[in-house]
Amino acid sequence: MITSFILRALEGRIVAAIAILLAVAVLVPASNLLTPPDSALHIPTYAMSLMGKYLCYALLALALDLVWGYCGILSLGHGAFFALGGYAMGMYLMRQIGSRGVYGDPVLPDFMVFLNWKELPWFWHGMDMFWFAMLMVLVVPGLLAFIFGWFAFRSRVNGVYLSIITQAMTYALMLAFFRNDMGFGGNNGLTDYKDILGFSVQADGTRAVLFALSAILLSLCLLLASAITRSKFGKVLVGVRDAESRVRFLGFRVENIKLFTFVVSAMMAGIAGALFVPQVGIINPGEFAPANSIEVVVWTAVGGRGTLIGPIIGAVLVNGGKSFFTGAFPEFWLYALGALFICVTLFMPKGIVGTVQGMLANRRAAQAAAKAEAGQNDDRATPQIQAAE
Amino acid sequence: MLIRFITLVFLLLSIATSSFAQSDPKALIDQLGKADFKQAEELIGQIAATGDPRVVPALNAFGEGDLYARKSDGAVFITKAAGANFALIDPLTGESAGEAPKAAMVKLKINNNLRRVIRSAMGGLTLLSPDRTVRLQAADAVLRSPSAENLELVEAALAKETDREVKARMEEARAASILISNRSVEEKRAAIETVASLGGRGAISILMSASSSLDAALKPDVDAAIAKIETTQAFWDMGQNVWYGISLGSVLLLAAIGLAITFGVMGIINMAHGEMVMLGAYSTFVVQEAIRTSAPHLFDWSLAIALPVAFLVTAAAGLIIERGVIRFLYGRPLETLLATWGVSLILQQLVRSIFGPTNQEVGNPSWMSGAFQLGQMQITWNRLWIVAFSLTIFLGLLLLMKRSAFGLQMRAVTQNRRMASSMGIRTPWVDAFTFALGSGIAGIAGVALSQIDNVSPNLGQSYIIDSFMVVVFGGVGNLWGTLVGALSLGVLNKFLEPSVGAVLGKILVLVLIILFIQKRPRGLFALKGRAIEA
Amino acid sequence: MSFKTKLGGAMLAAIMSTTAFHGAFAADTIKIGVLHSLSGTMAISETTLKDAMLMLVEEQNKKGGVLGKKLEAVVVDPASDWPLFAEKARQLISQDKVAAVFGCWTSSSRKSVLPVFEELNSILFYPVQYEGEESSRNIFYTGAAPNQQAIPAVDYLAENEGVERWVLAGTDYVYPQTTNKILKAYLMSKGVKEEDIMINYTPFGHSDWQTIVTDIKKFGSAGKKTAVVSTINGDANVPFYKELANQGIKAEDIPVVAFSVGEEELAGLDTAPLVGHLAAWNYFQSVDAPVNAEFIKTWHAFTKNDKRVTNDPMEAAYIGFNAWVKAVEAAGTTDTDKVLDSIIGVSVPNLSGGYSTVMPNHHITKPVLIGEIQADGQFEIVQQTPSVVGDEWSDYLPDSKDLISDWRKPMSCGNFNVATGKCGGKGS
Repeated sequence: MITSFILRALEGRIVAAIAILLAVAVLVPASNLLTPPDSALHIPTYAMSLMGKYLCYALLALALDLVWGYCGILSLGHGAFFALGGYAMGMYLMRQIGSRGVYGDPVLPDFMVFLNWKELPWFWHGMDMFWFAMLMVLVVPGLLAFIFGWFAFRSRVNGVYLSIITQAMTYALMLAFFRNDMGFGGNNGLTDYKDILGFSVQADGTRAVLFALSAILLSLCLLLASAITRSKFGKVLVGVRDAESRVRFLGFRVENIKLFTFVVSAMMAGIAGALFVPQVGIINPGEFAPANSIEVVVWTAVGGRGTLIGPIIGAVLVNGGKSFFTGAFPEFWLYALGALFICVTLFMPKGIVGTVQGMLANRRAAQAAAKAEAGQNDDRATPQIQAAE
Repeated sequence: MLIRFITLVFLLLSIATSSFAQSDPKALIDQLGKADFKQAEELIGQIAATGDPRVVPALNAFGEGDLYARKSDGAVFITKAAGANFALIDPLTGESAGEAPKAAMVKLKINNNLRRVIRSAMGGLTLLSPDRTVRLQAADAVLRSPSAENLELVEAALAKETDREVKARMEEARAASILISNRSVEEKRAAIETVASLGGRGAISILMSASSSLDAALKPDVDAAIAKIETTQAFWDMGQNVWYGISLGSVLLLAAIGLAITFGVMGIINMAHGEMVMLGAYSTFVVQEAIRTSAPHLFDWSLAIALPVAFLVTAAAGLIIERGVIRFLYGRPLETLLATWGVSLILQQLVRSIFGPTNQEVGNPSWMSGAFQLGQMQITWNRLWIVAFSLTIFLGLLLLMKRSAFGLQMRAVTQNRRMASSMGIRTPWVDAFTFALGSGIAGIAGVALSQIDNVSPNLGQSYIIDSFMVVVFGGVGNLWGTLVGALSLGVLNKFLEPSVGAVLGKILVLVLIILFIQKRPRGLFALKGRAIEA
Repeated sequence: MSFKTKLGGAMLAAIMSTTAFHGAFAADTIKIGVLHSLSGTMAISETTLKDAMLMLVEEQNKKGGVLGKKLEAVVVDPASDWPLFAEKARQLISQDKVAAVFGCWTSSSRKSVLPVFEELNSILFYPVQYEGEESSRNIFYTGAAPNQQAIPAVDYLAENEGVERWVLAGTDYVYPQTTNKILKAYLMSKGVKEEDIMINYTPFGHSDWQTIVTDIKKFGSAGKKTAVVSTINGDANVPFYKELANQGIKAEDIPVVAFSVGEEELAGLDTAPLVGHLAAWNYFQSVDAPVNAEFIKTWHAFTKNDKRVTNDPMEAAYIGFNAWVKAVEAAGTTDTDKVLDSIIGVSVPNLSGGYSTVMPNHHITKPVLIGEIQADGQFEIVQQTPSVVGDEWSDYLPDSKDLISDWRKPMSCGNFNVATGKCGGKGS
């Protein structure tokens, strides 16, 4: 049954995307580690960790697409799950510093020492164990999503209201994490990591592995998302998105369906955050900023919501553009970014992937129409519906 | 020989002492030019001790930082700027003493401590002034910084005083001075009562500062007096807190009310709403700059002039945004979020490119500065005006929506676009003008917010989330909901703040909103009927 | 399928072209990086520093550049986003190959780039006052440490104004928290009682100060002279001072001394009701020194706006830049290790008429100036101390009082413990 669940996920586009991701996971680190720096094929560490960052963002966008594109929940607070996953990883990395901090305290991270704390707060215990920290990467965002969703979906908060309260959630968390008394390093966040599982986070080899892991986990999550959306459950999910009341009247427990998807998506976002932190080297409350979560929505929309691959493309493109323009035209890049959002919503409402799909479908429809005119068959209904969607 | 030496020493000494303890005010004032802060403090005491009323303008000018010494001879003058030069005024006679280039003069340095000393000295010197308001100010000054030395002056003035209000103030000043003097216990006990009858923080402050030097016998009296003031003060503090809540609520209302139209009524998730507020604030800045350069006497009217300007500027911007972007997105509310987010990025950067990233100065007109006392509550004028202003806008908008033809069309279009269209309403224009109206109102909110907040490109960002919270909490599509939502969030915030601090208070309010929405998924005042299901 | 491959390829190409684009400049210039936010919340403060750096580079090039080569500033925009700071720092160092970077404002951004500078062995000049408790081999801290700003300010108030009761009000982030911890320990060591100290924190961008100003008034009515020590962050200051003015708190009654309010912050305010409130910095625009007059003139000419004010972080950038130039010329190369060796002990003029020296702990010497706000938005200097050495590890915090930093060989240590005689913090 599980095999069929996965096999169903393997539709053409998804297979291609996974193949590309896996190729990237092998080729980029290989080029970084094996070729000499002056070779034309060499990808510098800088570019690799940059791409690693994009892949984490892509995973976050994919997570959002699962709830927004397939379940109709526009979450303006997905950055919160991302950041929580990141903090869990950051806490592990802080504990790994051990006595190499500037004060040389074997247990307490530096920021606790200079705020004069005497012992570790309870929630920092256990974070020195990798397996436990990784568990927290999944459990903390998942639990938050569960509690939040359990209340919200049960009382049928939806549409704009849901979006706004997810925004309130991430905003409240941002304010909370900014507080120094919370024990998460206040506005400075967690930084200056030394090593992960005994390997230096600054070594090229570690970076390469982290990059490869990002690509692999992204493809695994893509596979999972595809499997979910292509299963029977996925069909119901789309039903919830398009006509929630009807699905409810058919006897489905809409709130449970939504809750499950929301929690899975939050966990994916948590994984993305956990991969993001060691590659970027810092996590701080800025990641909770509502603007960041809105940006995730933008990447998803640019790539094409409800396509799974679209958000990945959108995240990589928008962030690549941002990296390029903030360096090349520091004074003007916001104009370009703003214009991009407006143009995408106006001229490509389905995003890049959706638009291309539409074009392909149209061409197919035209071919089919030509065939039908020749009196051979009349299966033009399907593509037309697709195009009109 | 020895005798000659001794006489010489005496002679020198007498010169030295005379130059130090002389009573010629002119010489004393000139010495200020060479004194450091400590010496200046003594000199002011000596100048005041001369009792010569002619020194008042000089001390005043010293306090204001208008006293300068001439570099060439050290003579001290009161100065007024006259182009590149200073107009010099003799500090005692008040006669003009010609002009001097600014570079030839050096300013007499002044700090807070000296200002305080001057205030106290001036209080003593002007208690007998023929001008009633000056005497009142003098009594106030003595009350605020009482000193035992001034006690006799106050009593002398009190004996001659005829004006009732001034007399009462002088009684209080006298009581405050008695507390730190070496008068009898009985007199002090009476003084404690007089001070206590003043009430408020000021009285507590006077009693507390005197209590350390008072007789042990008076301690119970002081404690009882303080306790009594504290009880009434607690009551006033409550009132003060409610007022702060209302005033915070009115700021939220101002920020949110434009959004109540673009988001609440039209259903556009308008992320550029904050930028409309910002544009309004910048319009105020531009208007004020124009007034400063061309017609400074109109400055007190600048806000009144800025209101229509801001409304027109932001309404025009709103019209352009609606016609250029949003009209293609009706029926797709979530996509308006993306497009308006883009618009907001562009507007922010545009303002940053034109005006620079730093804060711009928007001044308070005189009628919005300062505060007045209501019992033991202090109410600042700008907050009071903002509360009044936001309520006015709210009522105006309500009237427009409920009583005008345009309001009717607006409601018709938002409730059932196709039906409205069939009835002959030009829906595209109603859409455009509704959006322009919402933007314009955000703009005039910006005029008011420029009075209490930074005018910088980030202005809008700091209000956008709060605005959405208010509208959602109050109930989308209902103006009354926005009003009640804003005020209750404001008051709630202000009641949480003293006990848990500003940061936690804000977090708690957000959590409460989230919980509240679970209970009432459509806000405080949910719209009933079919329209909402669409 | 083919579409997807193309897209991936295009993305890779875009990244590579960024690289190529930046790598294409000829090698006869020396590049320096300017890492200040030009958008987002911090743009309000940092844009000025970017302009100041461009002016300094232009001036240096007029004088013939450095080592006979022209300087070229590479400006990037980290957009007030802390992870982006790390990314941009990495880009400046490894792609643009800059010789040194001038930048950052908030401690978060500095903390974010610190590992990058240490890993890639480059130099950062950090021009803003900060909480101390840090000393990196690759960073020079040309702003004030707490002992170069906060402690002298408190001393001034206690001595000249007889203040006995203190409100420590700050924004809830690391700089105010640490500074207030240091100040509290310092005040208590001077005999101030715990109940005479009130500590209050507010969120970022706090704009409703009614309650807190009332609390301050309440605290100030206990019969002792009270002052407010404000570590309130830039943006929140305007509404704070507006509220102070409107509630009629005069400097004579309760003076406020601020560490983050300079000429630039006052530019957004009508300062007439604020006359007498104080600020402590190492530089004010009103400093009466020929070198300052010259600097202001150049600044006005460069920005083509003779109303633009100068401020303390600009002076810190000026000192840092000139120290770097001098060190590079002494070393004869821009090589990081050589410059790190030659810069220690370098003395350059500061704008208050004296000299600032780069100390072995990577902090600099500067005088502390206390100024009172004037009606024209400038400060009148009421006290100026002799030069003070920046103290990276505060003597008033229990965990850092034994630590010193000395980056000269053979010690070369940022956290040497004088009690245990070992490098590496307080030990266990």
